[in-house]
Amino acid sequence: MVTHPILIPLFPLASFIVITFFGKWFKEKSAWIAILASAASCFISLKAIAQVIHGTTFYQSFVWLTINQIPLEFGISIDPLAAMMLFVVTFVGTLIVIYSTGYMHDDLRYPRFFAYLSLFLFSMLGLVLSSTLVQMYLFWELVGLCSYFLIGFWFEKKSAAEAGRKAFITNRIGDIGFFLGIATFFYATRTVRFADIQPELIHAHAGSLVLSISALLLFCGAVGKSAQFPLHVWLPDAMEGPTPVSALIHAATMVAAGIYLVARLFPLFHALPHVSEVVAVIGTITAFGAAFFALTQLDIKKVLAYSTISQLGYMMAALGVGGMTAGAFHLMTHAFFKALLFLGAGSVIHGTGVQDMREMGGLRKSMPITFWTFAVATVAIAGIPPLSGFWSKDEILTSAFESDHLIIFWILIMTAAMTSFYMFRLFFLTFFGKTRSHSHPHESPLVMTIPLSILAIGSAVIGLPGSPWMHHWFQNFLSTHPEELHMNSFVMTISIATSVFGLAAAFMFYIINPAIPERFAKKNWFLYAASQNKLWIDEIYQATFIRWFKQIANIAFKFDAEVVDRTVNEVGLKTVLVSRIKNWVDQYIVDGLVNLTGWLTRKISAVLRLFQTGYIHNYLFVLLLGILIIVYSILNT
Amino acid sequence: MSIPLTHLLVFTTLLFLVGLYGVLTRRNAVGILISIEIMLNAVNINFVAFGSTLKTSPDLGQVFVIFIIVLAAATAAVGLAIVLAIYRNQKTIYMDEIDLLKW
Repeated sequence: MVTHPILIPLFPLASFIVITFFGKWFKEKSAWIAILASAASCFISLKAIAQVIHGTTFYQSFVWLTINQIPLEFGISIDPLAAMMLFVVTFVGTLIVIYSTGYMHDDLRYPRFFAYLSLFLFSMLGLVLSSTLVQMYLFWELVGLCSYFLIGFWFEKKSAAEAGRKAFITNRIGDIGFFLGIATFFYATRTVRFADIQPELIHAHAGSLVLSISALLLFCGAVGKSAQFPLHVWLPDAMEGPTPVSALIHAATMVAAGIYLVARLFPLFHALPHVSEVVAVIGTITAFGAAFFALTQLDIKKVLAYSTISQLGYMMAALGVGGMTAGAFHLMTHAFFKALLFLGAGSVIHGTGVQDMREMGGLRKSMPITFWTFAVATVAIAGIPPLSGFWSKDEILTSAFESDHLIIFWILIMTAAMTSFYMFRLFFLTFFGKTRSHSHPHESPLVMTIPLSILAIGSAVIGLPGSPWMHHWFQNFLSTHPEELHMNSFVMTISIATSVFGLAAAFMFYIINPAIPERFAKKNWFLYAASQNKLWIDEIYQATFIRWFKQIANIAFKFDAEVVDRTVNEVGLKTVLVSRIKNWVDQYIVDGLVNLTGWLTRKISAVLRLFQTGYIHNYLFVLLLGILIIVYSILNT
Repeated sequence: MSIPLTHLLVFTTLLFLVGLYGVLTRRNAVGILISIEIMLNAVNINFVAFGSTLKTSPDLGQVFVIFIIVLAAATAAVGLAIVLAIYRNQKTIYMDEIDLLKW
């Protein structure tokens, strides 16, 4: 049977349209439409992926515009990288849509939520399948829009509405860079097709300053979307949205779009070592900083949000040091375990009704399925073998180690230790110890726990295709020219040691002696405050960029009110005055002349009217007189 | 013996004036028509009188008279028809009451 990859994004689009127009009518059933649509596109994707694995790549396109004889295409292409993303988006997406039916139960705008989810899936799949940069940019903006809709889904809450706005504006800063990047890239190379972006093309233009600038600008877009430092501030706030949204958009798929973009343009970055260094440094700073912030957060979703930023930083760093397959591999494993973590957190929030970890605790017994699946995800992200996170993280560390940037390697190792620590801290605080909750926690319904279980299995095994046990099959699948891949036992040992160290520290702090954290925080009060307040980055932005921006906006407003509006008003007033004069002239001079003519005519005709008596006799008499005068005058001549 | 031309002219003038007086003073439309007939007849007599006296072309005056009689008959027919039509519309044949010309 022939596979039509074009159908993959069209199913969610159809679902979006149907739910938008008939959602009121379908009510609860609209969830089924969304589930069916995403399951259908998942099914087709799996078929397409199977064919990609066997060596066929899809490429269909048509010419959309022609600029200076250079065609701009619109089409879909599935190569191994796109196939991987396709798998993640449709598979995780379908599970999350199913989960949402349980989580969003009884929500006021239930159908609308599924409409948005479908629209998001459509945009994300369109982004993944894009064949040109321009097309990707279109879908890039669409996923940003969906993100905005879904963060502000509970817009009655002021904080949610503001978080949505913040996410949108922060992303916009990156997107401007992306757009300019596309333009400069087109200027430098005369193409925007991904298929054309090969090492040969880049080498032909290597050394061109414009190309380097365009690469930096394109990276800017990735920084915004993937919440890299310094544009990471929107992602923690995005947690105001419903938890399935956090899982799907702000952990598994959309935020990975930035990584996907850089991976897509990997030949470009790889050929420009200075730009690659920028990518690696930004990624490392993000990974480290976000892990540091995650250490002290009290809101369960905030911890996961910073963890996401940190892991995205990892991927970015991997791409920066040349480990394209490592970054993409981590993207996939991360999508699974982070979606699982978020859904698990959602299940906890659903069961207890709180988000603050201080009010949880001891949920192990009341929520067994959530507990076990969460345990799998925690172990996976902490990097303990043989779960998925270990393999992908190990790949990243190996590629960092083998590049020339040993500082990056050591920072990433420290980050790995912190990751392990904060994840187990979250885990222990939530599921162990005494119950601090005031309500009676209960296990979530089956529609929520089944996706959790499937994701747990996925998180456990998805790393194996990339492990040395399977001869790095996944990496060879992604890479066009097979790299020499081998295990580095030194890196592996350190990686395991740090993970276990983090686990042990968390165990010490939160299980054996819960008094330690407080003492520790008091002793290192500055570090604690810095982490708790996220290095005051939000405040710094507030005090600098946002304040400056507001001042500029104020000046612009004043200019608008004082100069533009005043001019307009003055012009208006003057016009009224001139009109008054014209009105007077019209009334008394023009109209006066016309009236005078009429008046004169009336006066003259009043005299003439006297001759018209209407009596036939008078007329005849006048006739007679006339004749007599004529006769008389004839006779006299 | 023949009647002198002068007598005939005086007679026709008087007859014409009678007709004219009638046209100018009668209120009744039929009366006016009758007065017009009188005036026409005065003219007829004039034609015949001149025709028989001047002898340039003795039949010429009589031919005109025949024409005028025929014309007069036509005038009367049309005029009476108009009077009838006016009567149907205005319920009157008094000319001073018909003042549609100056309304």
